[in-house]
Amino acid sequence: MGPIVPLFNISNEINLLMAFIIGLGFGFVLEQAGFSSSRKLAGMFYGYDITVLKVFFTAAITGMLGLIFLNFMGLIDLDIVYINEYYVTSSIIGGVIMGAGFIIGGFCPGTSFTAAAIGKIDAMWFVFGSIVGIFIFGEVYPLLETMYMSNYEGSVKISTILGIRDGYFALLLIVVASLMFWIGEIAEKKFKREDIIDEI
Amino acid sequence: MDPYIAGVLLGLVLLVSFYLTGRGLGASGATRSMVVSAVSAVAPGHAENTTFFHKYRSDESPMKSWLVLEIAGVIIGGFLSGAWAGRLKLKVEHSPKITPKKRIVMATIGGLFFGFGSQLGRGCTSGAALTGMATLSLAGFVTMMAIFGTAFALAYFFRKNWI
Repeated sequence: MGPIVPLFNISNEINLLMAFIIGLGFGFVLEQAGFSSSRKLAGMFYGYDITVLKVFFTAAITGMLGLIFLNFMGLIDLDIVYINEYYVTSSIIGGVIMGAGFIIGGFCPGTSFTAAAIGKIDAMWFVFGSIVGIFIFGEVYPLLETMYMSNYEGSVKISTILGIRDGYFALLLIVVASLMFWIGEIAEKKFKREDIIDEI
Repeated sequence: MDPYIAGVLLGLVLLVSFYLTGRGLGASGATRSMVVSAVSAVAPGHAENTTFFHKYRSDESPMKSWLVLEIAGVIIGGFLSGAWAGRLKLKVEHSPKITPKKRIVMATIGGLFFGFGSQLGRGCTSGAALTGMATLSLAGFVTMMAIFGTAFALAYFFRKNWI
């Protein structure tokens, strides 16, 4: 029965060792997917390379199905698994600011770490920028606190809002993702940039 | 690596994380942990008096934070993958249409936005969007759509940096 750490009172040292090993896998896969290149990541938004879409949605669906199956087989207690809390205003505004950061900087925090790890100097500056951004947030937090805490909806699930079972939502997401992959692959042909693909 | 295979592998890493520890993946939280530790070390009084830093301040060293250890793994895992693929090289990757200097300025500004937004949005692409979506959390889907939607909407204005 999982999750192992909270259910079996595993020591903090072992938990941190797991964090490190999980991180090794996370970093290795991100780099293997080609996410250590900002020009590959940005390709998503100009259509010449939709690797981001493919990897991101395949990963989310794999994780989602895995959780649903583990729960179905009684192998994981989903009540203990952390479900992100929904603060409507800050989720949307935070996401919009992150989206601007993505198209300006070409990375997100996770991918900037792997890119910096293989020697991308621009990624090291992105990491530096995010340190500054977090510091500024900390400094101006009192001004934003009301907005940060507003419109709290709790750990609400999308399947609950839609009034359907988790499994049906997963099926729906698979259909939507397949459609996006199909359209995305057409875009990759239409907006092809051999010159960029050769360099990244 | 084929993107779909990479996606399945990433999903399995995420699943292992849920099964073992009850939590998914993250990235920006590790940076926050380092920022809070740095502020506490340099200006302990300020960290004590600043709500946000105080909230995330812990008496233990940042090296005992789950996300910091995970990100240490990410950096080493990324390095090993790059070494294996022969991609280790110190360079500024940029479009031939912009100078390396402009690329560095843009990367820094982008990082600043992402860092700031990740705190407001309670997590970045890893912790809020990917992990959130796998647990079917509405917050995960909303954050994901806000991130990708905004990047698409602004792509035209920043095209000279990329294409």
